Amino acid sequence: MANLKEIRSRITSISSTRQITSAMKMVSAAKLRRAQDAITQMRPYANKLKELLSNLSESTEGSAESAYTEKREVERVLIIPITSNRGLAGAFNSNIIKETNRLIKERFQEKDVTVLAIGKKADDFYKKTSYNIKGTTLPGKLDKLFDDLTFEPVSEVAQKVMDSFAYKQFDEVVLVYNQFVNAAVQNVITEQYLPIIPPKMEEEKEVKSDYIFEPSQEFIISELIPKSLKIQLYKAILDSHASEHGARMTAMHKATDNATELIGDLKLVYNKARQASITNEILEIVGGAEALNN
Amino acid sequence: MHIEIVTPDKNLYSGEVSLATFPGSDGKFGIKENHAPLVATLKEGKIKLVDSSNQEQFFDVNGGVVEVNHNKIIVLAE
Repeated sequence: MANLKEIRSRITSISSTRQITSAMKMVSAAKLRRAQDAITQMRPYANKLKELLSNLSESTEGSAESAYTEKREVERVLIIPITSNRGLAGAFNSNIIKETNRLIKERFQEKDVTVLAIGKKADDFYKKTSYNIKGTTLPGKLDKLFDDLTFEPVSEVAQKVMDSFAYKQFDEVVLVYNQFVNAAVQNVITEQYLPIIPPKMEEEKEVKSDYIFEPSQEFIISELIPKSLKIQLYKAILDSHASEHGARMTAMHKATDNATELIGDLKLVYNKARQASITNEILEIVGGAEALNN
Repeated sequence: MHIEIVTPDKNLYSGEVSLATFPGSDGKFGIKENHAPLVATLKEGKIKLVDSSNQEQFFDVNGGVVEVNHNKIIVLAE
């Protein structure tokens, strides 16, 4: 049986680990609330924009074409995995990297793949591979996006990605990110970013109102499409951000529970050992007294 | 009529107004009750809202889109 001092020091070290994990859980819970608020604020905007765009492309007939809808033979692919800057979030980051690798191996086999990593974890993973963004016009070092998560910097990145598509550096752009469902559940989503898949027409939809367009329909569509792309990226990043905190909260909650359980087990062992040593001592004393009596 | 001003970061305003003027790409325009369906883009400027008691409110926008449909105005601002 392990000696008492050893067990005692293990108990102390596990309880300090538990303190850290439970503190991280609290922090994540607080951040999750903020991130969740951001995404719920954002969704109405994204939905309205989508609605508007599908209204518009319904009433135009095939004129909703632009540089971003052009379908080309897919040769060069850009994958944008969105991870976090920090670890200790369970399988959050590894799921994304796994999915990205799967895409490279299966769907884009024998294609020229480039990875634009958002978040330090994916960046660390891909910057040393042949998929990194060297030799392209894409921005590197995207982990700063999470420091102050607002629409402005994200839309700049989106613009650069859109430009690189329009200039035919890439024929297809795909997003891989964690979609936020709730604090405990995140889904890994693979979403085609460019070229834009035209919204599906619903056959039985009633005839839409005839809109007056100001200044012109083409102009409005050409304004709306880039906007909706920026929003799409922003939404993906917000989703991933909320998921990150959710995943970390769950992971840390489990870690705290495990630590508590371990401490309980160790305490039991410790007490048993302590009792055994006391019994031993008593036996020795009794034995000694007996020997004196004889 | 009902107006909603939404930005990517938050819902800026939601409420009843009797007149709204917007900085359209081709010039300022106003919307009153029962306006025909309209979609317009905005440039940088101020949105002015006037409610039934003639209270005025202003919002700065950097551009965006307005949709008017059945006395419901939706502003996607930036």
